[in-house]
Amino acid sequence: MVNLKINNIDVQVEENTTILEAARRNHIDIPTLCNYPDLSIKSECRVCVVEIDGQKKLPTSCSTIVREGMVVNTNSPKVLNARKTIIELILANHDANCTACPKNLNCELQALANKLGIDKNRFPTVLEVQPVDDHNPVLVRNINRCIKCGRCIDMCKNVQSMGVLDVMGRSKDSKITPAYGKYLSDEFCTYCGQCSSVCPVGAIIEKDDTDRVWEALNNPSLHVIVQVAPAVRVSLGEEVGMAPGSIVTEKVVAALKYLGFDAVFDTDFTADLTIIEEGNELIERVTNGGTLPMMTSCCPGWINFAEQKYPEILDHISTCKSPQQMFGALAKSYYAEKMNIKPEDLFVVSIMPCTAKKYEAQRKEMRIDNINPDVDVVLTTRELGKMIRQMGINFEDIQEIPFDKPFGITTGAAAIFGATGGVMEAALRTVYEVVNKEELQDINFTQVRGTDGIKEAEVVLGGQKVKVAVAHTLANAKILCEQVKAGTSPYTFIEIMTCPGGCIGGGGQPYGTTNAVREKRIEATYNVDEDMPIRKSHENPDIIALYDEYLLKPLGKKSHHLLHTHYSSRNK
Amino acid sequence: MMLLKEILSKYPQDPEYLIEILLDYQTSKKTHYISAEDVSRISQHLDIPESQICSVISFYTLLSMEPKGRYVVQICHDVPCFVNDAANIYEVLVELLGISEGETTPDNLFTLEITECLGCCNESPAMRVNNQVYTNLTPAKVEKIISDLRGEVK
Repeated sequence: MVNLKINNIDVQVEENTTILEAARRNHIDIPTLCNYPDLSIKSECRVCVVEIDGQKKLPTSCSTIVREGMVVNTNSPKVLNARKTIIELILANHDANCTACPKNLNCELQALANKLGIDKNRFPTVLEVQPVDDHNPVLVRNINRCIKCGRCIDMCKNVQSMGVLDVMGRSKDSKITPAYGKYLSDEFCTYCGQCSSVCPVGAIIEKDDTDRVWEALNNPSLHVIVQVAPAVRVSLGEEVGMAPGSIVTEKVVAALKYLGFDAVFDTDFTADLTIIEEGNELIERVTNGGTLPMMTSCCPGWINFAEQKYPEILDHISTCKSPQQMFGALAKSYYAEKMNIKPEDLFVVSIMPCTAKKYEAQRKEMRIDNINPDVDVVLTTRELGKMIRQMGINFEDIQEIPFDKPFGITTGAAAIFGATGGVMEAALRTVYEVVNKEELQDINFTQVRGTDGIKEAEVVLGGQKVKVAVAHTLANAKILCEQVKAGTSPYTFIEIMTCPGGCIGGGGQPYGTTNAVREKRIEATYNVDEDMPIRKSHENPDIIALYDEYLLKPLGKKSHHLLHTHYSSRNK
Repeated sequence: MMLLKEILSKYPQDPEYLIEILLDYQTSKKTHYISAEDVSRISQHLDIPESQICSVISFYTLLSMEPKGRYVVQICHDVPCFVNDAANIYEVLVELLGISEGETTPDNLFTLEITECLGCCNESPAMRVNNQVYTNLTPAKVEKIISDLRGEVK
């Protein structure tokens, strides 16, 4: 243990603790800006500087390790002046037109300026306005707001192994951009949106599609329906100030009805459908010598990654569309027929924890009539939060309403799609029982749960032991992809999710997503599962009825037309 | 000019050697720069993103992403050279080459740059052409150097 004094308080911490951690553990607040939990220490912004007795310079507390007898002052006049000056200098090179920024009141720079009492800037602006990159359907990169903290680089390069963004140039001329100042759309960007999730300001943000939804809602000739992804019910509460992990399933339904949607459906239903189709695809591949290991296809960031970086292994990916797109296809066929609505009068919106879903919905493969998108608009959890605030909905106290029929019944298996390992567990619950023709003793496959980067499990299917694996983050996905590419993969079935923690940690989830928050959302996800009366997709009576009435059989002709797709190499 | 393949084979296949590879390859090229194609091939070889390589190149003034002339002429502008008439030497170069700082002659023979200290203050003013340093420069001397270099090419 190391003894030191911080602001005249005796503090004892373990060796190798940073001053910042030591202070925080003892309830002494040191402001930070480039620092982000779970990411590497950068000491780029210098906001967390402190004064140490006997040292002339002000070191950054995030990167300075405590020493025995150290006397630290986090709030001396010298420190406060330095901190204030740093923020003023950052603001002088920042597009600080705050009310014209989507991050207004949600901006870490703005909050910090306010906290430090900055109400005017001693320095004139030196901002040279540069063009905004909005050349893709998902993310808008506004370099005029960038404060060069480097969080996005860390996320993209180290967590996702992509490295689309980096610092170009040096000193005051440096900027964070793709190589050669190219657009994101020219690069191997998967649109996972993790950069937007950690950006402290409004420099990378999802493309705002709320206006298109308002327009549809206010168009009396349109029948506007909405689907809600599994991961949204354990995160949307945070958008209105509720604690991470709050389960708000039926509050979401009520809020969406209040916004004016004609019907509110659960993507969990098509998650169950995915399990039936994908489970049967796996069984068919195993019995008929198809390409193995089979890899999941729910995650659009992963599909972008595979098409761009691993075109050789596209045959391994399940041909099943994602639950979002299965819903879109069913809505514009089955639902439109059932409700006697012309598909062109039907407007389908998705609420997703994801930014890449915006790209997925625009793919030309995702149009059953080859013209109009099956899902018209995708909103992130954050964008729905914005609409709820715009309408002044008292979300916490809203009267709960269940999801609409005909896709009314869903299962616990679908609910866990949002957590890493969830699709695997849901699939195993079904595949095990279908193949082995016996009931599972314990339906909880705990080996595939949790936040380890790569998880493995062994299951006995048809008397044979098979290995399965689950990976989240693209850096981990890359490890499994390399094995598959080399033909050395020991697995039969692999689940891949792009975002850390799975969809609950998606790029479109409420700001402030850290590992601690992810754990809360994951816990809530499994609680939703536990509370469901049915926890296996193949036991969902509405799914059984859909096959009887419309689809006829898994992997059948209708399924192939509506629920399956193909992938193509986009290697540049 | 050595092929990139040959240069890559000289070093361990490890991102730690990125700067050595970049410098070695750039020096070997008549155009004194790392092209987008080079960046892409080095990126594949070392399994690092192109953005990271561009970041490194753009950080060091010694490395370039733009093609340069066969002879990169760098005139020192630090104090000892300056007081010994470096500014005039620079003007002579501008006159002789018909280009100013940062530009390349249309025949791609010369690029003119201003540099920090070359470590020859006792023999100032000084300039460097590729790896060769010239000192105690006078207008006449500079004229001869440039005309010799032109002659070399013919």
